[in-house]
Amino acid sequence: MTAGDVVTARDVAAGVRDPELPMLTISDLGILRDVVEDGQHVTVDITPTYSGCPAMGAIRADVTRRLHDAGYADVDVRTVLRPAWTTDWITADGRRKLADHGIAPPTAAPAKKTPVPLTLGRRPPVPCPRCGEPDTVEVSRFGATACKALHRCPACGEPFESVKAI
Amino acid sequence: MPFDNAYEAITEENDHTKWAFGTGFDDPLAGVDTAVPNGMDAADLATYSLMLGDDALIMSHRLSEWCTNAPELEDEVALANIALDLLGQARLLLTRAAQASGEGDEDTLAYLRDEREFRNVRLVELARGDFAHEIARLLVFSTWRLALLERLVDSPDPVLAAVATKAVKEVSYHRDYAAGWTVRLGAGTDYSHERMAAGLEAIWPYTAELFTRHEVDLVDPSQLRPEFDAVLASVLDAAGLSVPDVTPMATVSGRAGRDGVHTEAMGYLLAEMQSVARANPGAIW
Repeated sequence: MTAGDVVTARDVAAGVRDPELPMLTISDLGILRDVVEDGQHVTVDITPTYSGCPAMGAIRADVTRRLHDAGYADVDVRTVLRPAWTTDWITADGRRKLADHGIAPPTAAPAKKTPVPLTLGRRPPVPCPRCGEPDTVEVSRFGATACKALHRCPACGEPFESVKAI
Repeated sequence: MPFDNAYEAITEENDHTKWAFGTGFDDPLAGVDTAVPNGMDAADLATYSLMLGDDALIMSHRLSEWCTNAPELEDEVALANIALDLLGQARLLLTRAAQASGEGDEDTLAYLRDEREFRNVRLVELARGDFAHEIARLLVFSTWRLALLERLVDSPDPVLAAVATKAVKEVSYHRDYAAGWTVRLGAGTDYSHERMAAGLEAIWPYTAELFTRHEVDLVDPSQLRPEFDAVLASVLDAAGLSVPDVTPMATVSGRAGRDGVHTEAMGYLLAEMQSVARANPGAIW
């Protein structure tokens, strides 16, 4: 860092990593909604990915700790429930990082329709993040964390995870 | 929150946080504007939040019993994920109920209420059967809950509306999962068809209660029936199954789960779910 650089509270908060997808920052993931700096006081707005996301407590604690370390004495981390998080908020950089780590980035989130249409057949296939094969197989719609699904690539034979489009 | 990290909350110096009982560091509605909107009855809002929160909590508990019991690892993971989504919804809704009533919090509501104070529908408390039985219950529950949440998105209470907006996305996945398995089992072998039909028949007497109007409903559940019937018809048709012809489960002078009148299974469920918190009030580990 050179003397001319100004590190804002937003820069500090944006650098916090997601505990379950540690290749992504909370900014890449799109859950950092706003950072308002007022002297020593900082208000940070974050949006949960899923209602039961167990990482929210850790993210809240990390944001607070890093801002304290950066000299902000008074930090308020607020939960913003609406608008609800969508995978469309994952940045282009975030998508590239996911693919680099063998996790297929999400396709476009389904258009909002009421009533929500039932999906009985196959969902649109997710391209393999390792070999690029477009026609892969969904093994399970649920994975090791709430935000991921399990797939298999018939071309390279590897299993892989994808971020569910919601 | 007063703690910098999850571990600080469970140390001896912070023993008032009762870690065994709950999590002192993570209010699920931290920083959300929780004022009750003008023109809304706080007691009704509390009761309604409790009803939907209890549905999610008890269903989540039953689903979590599949950990180490599911037929395939992938399905164990799927059921645990669904349970986690519902537990998250339960935490938000019970917290909302506590705020609106001005009494207690998510933990006291989950762990210190007795059977008659729970407002969940009876469908979710039924003891765990076989996998087909669970899939039938999940199909009925998630189809009904999704239709309800879609309407709650426009609730005058901004917290309920926000919780519903998020939950719609989650429950859509739950419904697709249950629908997929219903078709796979129903249209599979003669034996799997028979088991799926039996599961559906066992839970069907509890569906009528889902659409029965209660005095504090913010969404009229009788309006959900056409959407529910249409979705079930398309799933059962693809599965080669039909709607069971069974008599609805009896009520006690019209009172059922929403009034705190439960089946025998509920007491056993609560005994297990609440035992640690009740046996060790204030315990820390």
